[in-house]
Amino acid sequence: MRLVLAVVLMLVALPAHAVQPDEMLADPALEARAREISKEIRCLVCQNESIDDSNAELARDLRILVRERVASGDSDAAVKQYLVDRYGEFVLLKPTFGGFNLVIWLAGPVLLILGGAVALIYLRRRAPQARPADAPLSAEERAALERVLKDG
Amino acid sequence: MIVEIGHFALTLAFAVALFQMTIPLVGAARGWSDWMRTAAPAALAQFLLTGIAFAALTHAFVVSDFSVRLVATNSHSLKPLLYKVSGTWGNHEGSMLLWMLILTLFGAMVAAFGRDLPLGLKARALSVQAMIGAAFFAFILFTSNPFERLVPPPFDGNDLNPLLQDPGLAFHPPFLYLGYVGLSMSFSFAIAALIEGRVDAAWARWVRPWTLAAWIALTLGIALGSYWAYYELGWGGWWFWDPVENASFMPWLVAAALLHSAIVVEKRSALKTWTILLAIIAFSLSLIGTFIVRSGVLTSVHAFAVDPERGVFILAILAVAIVGSLTLFAWRAPTMKAEGVFRPFSREGALIYNNLMLAVACGVVFTGTLAPLVREFVDGAKISVGAPFFNLAFTPFMVMLFLAMPLGSIMAWKRADFGQVVTRLWWASAAALAVGGIVWGMQSGDAHLAPVGLALGAWMVLGSVVEIIERAGWPRTGLDGFRRLARLPRADWGKWLAHSGLAVTVCGIAAITAWEREDIRLARPGDVIPLGGYELVFEGVASLPLGAPFEVPACGAGQESVLKGGEGRNFTTDLGRFRLMRDGRELAMLCAEKRLYPVQRMPTTEAAIDSTLLRDVYVVLGDKQTQGDAWAVRAYVKPLAAWIWLGAVIMGLGGIVSLSDRRYRVGAAAKARPAGPAVPAE
Repeated sequence: MRLVLAVVLMLVALPAHAVQPDEMLADPALEARAREISKEIRCLVCQNESIDDSNAELARDLRILVRERVASGDSDAAVKQYLVDRYGEFVLLKPTFGGFNLVIWLAGPVLLILGGAVALIYLRRRAPQARPADAPLSAEERAALERVLKDG
Repeated sequence: MIVEIGHFALTLAFAVALFQMTIPLVGAARGWSDWMRTAAPAALAQFLLTGIAFAALTHAFVVSDFSVRLVATNSHSLKPLLYKVSGTWGNHEGSMLLWMLILTLFGAMVAAFGRDLPLGLKARALSVQAMIGAAFFAFILFTSNPFERLVPPPFDGNDLNPLLQDPGLAFHPPFLYLGYVGLSMSFSFAIAALIEGRVDAAWARWVRPWTLAAWIALTLGIALGSYWAYYELGWGGWWFWDPVENASFMPWLVAAALLHSAIVVEKRSALKTWTILLAIIAFSLSLIGTFIVRSGVLTSVHAFAVDPERGVFILAILAVAIVGSLTLFAWRAPTMKAEGVFRPFSREGALIYNNLMLAVACGVVFTGTLAPLVREFVDGAKISVGAPFFNLAFTPFMVMLFLAMPLGSIMAWKRADFGQVVTRLWWASAAALAVGGIVWGMQSGDAHLAPVGLALGAWMVLGSVVEIIERAGWPRTGLDGFRRLARLPRADWGKWLAHSGLAVTVCGIAAITAWEREDIRLARPGDVIPLGGYELVFEGVASLPLGAPFEVPACGAGQESVLKGGEGRNFTTDLGRFRLMRDGRELAMLCAEKRLYPVQRMPTTEAAIDSTLLRDVYVVLGDKQTQGDAWAVRAYVKPLAAWIWLGAVIMGLGGIVSLSDRRYRVGAAAKARPAGPAVPAE
């Protein structure tokens, strides 16, 4: 219910647009870092939007928070950890590497290995057994073949 | 009255579907041809009845009949006609009815054009099609009746979500549904083949056009949705890895794999069971897409539990369809015998590689999309899987696929010679590397992405170019080469076009990601914003009231042209004007809007885009500051942006050209091979 309420509020309130000029840090290097971090932080009341993209008020608060932490000298990892401590893993658009989340991360490589193995077995089965027909034509055979083709 | 006729027609269509799913199937099992023959007229009747129902609902929307609950909640009398019509499917009930209209349309097309189909296959395929139809008719009639009345009718409606009042989004769902539902046809043919226990070249020739048509529609539908997001959502993002997007992207990936594997079935009589499995998976993913979009399960497992009726119903359909078809597959598939023999290094092998990469990529998207649901179900923890994950985990497989594409598509069937493939492609690879090098040298930044992406794109296009040159016999043949090219099967041209289109999209993605320039600032009228070699002069903002048509001095770009033609505005707008200059010369006048739709009290942004082949200039008007006359302005230069969707259009075009190949022309399967000059075997 809280979520529904938040979504309704978000729709009714006039949105503040994604990153606002007044939020931005004066130091371009710090601002660039803040932007990169923001792209990986989820806007909590939106559907799958990063706070960097979102128009929601809450996203604005988080963007400002990220900039405060960056300006106060936190590393990128520390800023993210700070947000996870406050809002939970939900806030990360890129899931952590470990535990259940390994399933998500390893799905691709594992599927590739399994699928590749099946494909290789299949390919070996379909490959022609060495048969006389596979041997290259002898000179006489080739001449005979050419004769036949010409006549045809 | 018309509404009741619509409801009645829908009920009748349900009854016809029940008939069509049983009688022809029994007929096919017993060999009773007159029972089998009922399938075609039943399919036509189903389509006709669904068409009547859909027309009745559209009519209710057009005349704003607010005594229909659906119209009252989703329409408004002041809405422009286009959006009254598109409002028909801009909601749950109406979109399901559109889904059914397309499903029955495909059935009717098989009935009408499939005269040369073997009677048994046709009866069984149409019967399976009717099973899907019956399930969804029941879903609509019992849980999502679009014809429900509202007593007393309100004075006016609730309006359509303003974000959806857009020509791009008006046509996005019909295309996507054509794609989703088109895959039902491949599914029905796959199930019919499993029942018959036979898959041959003729079967593949029958399935491929339907898959191709579905894939074309999906390609265009996805591109349309992506373009809509690009200009409507206000920051120029074009793909978000949103679950709803992924739901349409997964069937696209599998359909692409299916297209390629069906070629192997047709030409080499191998990969039969895999192709059947792909057809089942493709449609299952379409159903899953419909389920996760329609059931509300996306926001949270809990949202699903709040209104479970619809979700459970679709889940049941999903379970029956997927479990049923996979069981049938497990039971019958082992009876299919593969015949073709080939070496791993061959066209067949390359197509298997293609299928592997597409399937794994689809698996990554699938896990990423559903993992949050599963995780919440398992231990209640809420996690997010978003764009940063997908970009990292999905892209490598696409790169591996694209790298191999020119190699694979030039290989000979059965057995290819590695040395020969390399000799034929060496200059293409050298040229592609040169493109990468030039881009690397020219760009000022240090991003690796653009040179690599553009080199990859060049490699993919040049692969097709090499093939075209070879097939023409150039330079040996001179002008005669053109005659040779004209005689080639259209399927070859389709392949080259589609592969090149993909390359164009890849270039667009690489360039926009690597080279985008952004400027965010507060601007006052008269301010000049420098923007990557351009200058943007902020001319000021005009506030326009509700109702009157636009009377704005020449805007070179912007969305205002949409409502021209005398229809009044159903929104108020702040219209910011920006003069785009380069070296003191005016290039365009850009009009960016901030709209407010009063009925739903919802604001939208309409970005102003000046689009050329090489770059888009993209301007968004933000909020007015509380003090003074400054406005927040966001401006971007997006290099090669148009290529993303241009590529998709070229891909779709390639599909259409391939679809027109005489080999796939409906009925061609049963006739003898086309006469005429023999085409050299590949």
